[in-house]
Amino acid sequence: MTSAVSILPGAQLAILNAAYRGAVARKRLRLALAAAAFLAALVVAAVGAEVNLRTLFTYFGNFINYFDRILTLEDGTRVWSNPAEWFWGWRKWLWMLAETILISYVGTMIGAVLAFALNFFAAQNTSPAPWLRFVIRRLLEFARTVPGIVFALIFVIAFGLGPMAGVLAIAIHSTGALGKLFSEIVENADMKPVEGVRSTGASWLSCMRFAVLPQVSAGYASYALLRFEINVREASVMGFVGAGGIGQELVVAIRKFYYSDVSAILITIIVTVFIIDIATGWLRGRLFGKDARA
Amino acid sequence: MSQLPKPDREQLRAKYPDVFDRPAATRLAMPAMIVAAFAVFIFGLVDLDFSLAKLFAGLSQLGWITLMMIPPDPGSSLPAYLSALGETLSIALLGTTIAAIVALPFSLLAARNVIPSGWLRFPVRRAFDSIRGVDTLIWALVWINVVGLGPFAGVLAIAVADFGAFGKLFSEAIEAADKKQVEGIRASGGNALHEIRFGLMPQVLPVIAGQVLYFIESNTRSATIIGIVGAGGIGLQLAEQIRVLEWQKVSFLILMILVAVAAIDWISGKLRFAIIGQRAIA
Repeated sequence: MTSAVSILPGAQLAILNAAYRGAVARKRLRLALAAAAFLAALVVAAVGAEVNLRTLFTYFGNFINYFDRILTLEDGTRVWSNPAEWFWGWRKWLWMLAETILISYVGTMIGAVLAFALNFFAAQNTSPAPWLRFVIRRLLEFARTVPGIVFALIFVIAFGLGPMAGVLAIAIHSTGALGKLFSEIVENADMKPVEGVRSTGASWLSCMRFAVLPQVSAGYASYALLRFEINVREASVMGFVGAGGIGQELVVAIRKFYYSDVSAILITIIVTVFIIDIATGWLRGRLFGKDARA
Repeated sequence: MSQLPKPDREQLRAKYPDVFDRPAATRLAMPAMIVAAFAVFIFGLVDLDFSLAKLFAGLSQLGWITLMMIPPDPGSSLPAYLSALGETLSIALLGTTIAAIVALPFSLLAARNVIPSGWLRFPVRRAFDSIRGVDTLIWALVWINVVGLGPFAGVLAIAVADFGAFGKLFSEAIEAADKKQVEGIRASGGNALHEIRFGLMPQVLPVIAGQVLYFIESNTRSATIIGIVGAGGIGLQLAEQIRVLEWQKVSFLILMILVAVAAIDWISGKLRFAIIGQRAIA
């Protein structure tokens, strides 16, 4: 089956073609301007960050060398030729790693409980008063915008060195992040059950307990598990500022050039993060169906 | 008003055994999980040396610190702080851009619809995963060892950390692309590179641009903290002022970070809106 394509008369076609070319040229011009602006920003940034392209290549060689170095034992052999020597401190490291996971667990729990207590006040549809909502929202925003490690730096001074500062820093940061996510779930909740419960003369608290909570609790648990996963990574660096966990060991190894220790600790961290990711993914899938896995 | 017939309990019970007599395992699963979670929590509190005395002492200390932070005051070092903030923004912008440029070709290798064979795809994917498993701060420490203290180490740290994240996100975006357009290019006689350039890229680039902008935004936050280990930017100033207990300067620096992050959020929100439209932002 064939059909003829009708071609417009030349005069009409010329107008259309000119309009088309004009549109394309405008689009190209806009793209070129955006690219130029971006390039200019990059150049300014490169000057600001003291980037030196010529030395980058020499440095890149150093980078490869560094990885070569951390995969070499003291006696010059490759690390995997002697795993016992490589992971000589595994007992201590596993212990620190357990502490790291515990820090993130306790921090996530405290954060989730605080976020749970605050989120009903922050959600648009359940907040009892607009000013309260405004205050709580700003508080949560503050808690999540200030990086966890900055809280840790301050808490180390207030609470002393040790895991407690790390737990509290993670707890505050998680409160901010989870509070926002939780309140978004509540905002998406169906309001009809709330009206039903309120029509029986129930108080605000009962409305939350019997109408909202059953709809949102699965979402809460899913987000809390996801947060736990993120917090394990976060807790692994809390030790850099003295707030407990495996970071302490890692920073000592890196700063003192204990090369093979660096790779050994990095590998234990990476493997742990993998295991936690897979385990929480599996758990989320089991608890809340396959959709929650993403 | 019609009266509902009175429900017959026995009949209902026989009809829905799952509702009336749930097996003990399902009935006990939820409380058991809660008890277990709580037990681990208590164990954690004990093991991590929590005590009420320490908590209250720390809180009162924190109260004093907060009082001493008011009012925020940069003293005479405002110019230094502003240039440190500029350095932070530069680190975020450069690091993200480098990561995006380097990650794009590698993400093609990890996409199922470009490289069908698993032999190449799986090692590339695992490499991305491993890189992502290491925190930006750790990368910063490593780069400081390699290139020395300073913002350059920060740029490279962010570039490497984001390389892992971008590789995964880009390859997912590529896999989600519509394959009809690629087939169209192939049907008109294009080779593999043409397929990627004219079939995939036009679909994928807006998504990628949105993700890169989002990462510039979130890297502004990361860039503020990598200074704590010595990789340049405002974090360096912040960590220093915290160590010498100059609380007014600390609160000023924190405010500066908050304002900068909010400003970048706003700008990149507008830009993303312009590039991909409102729908794709969420």
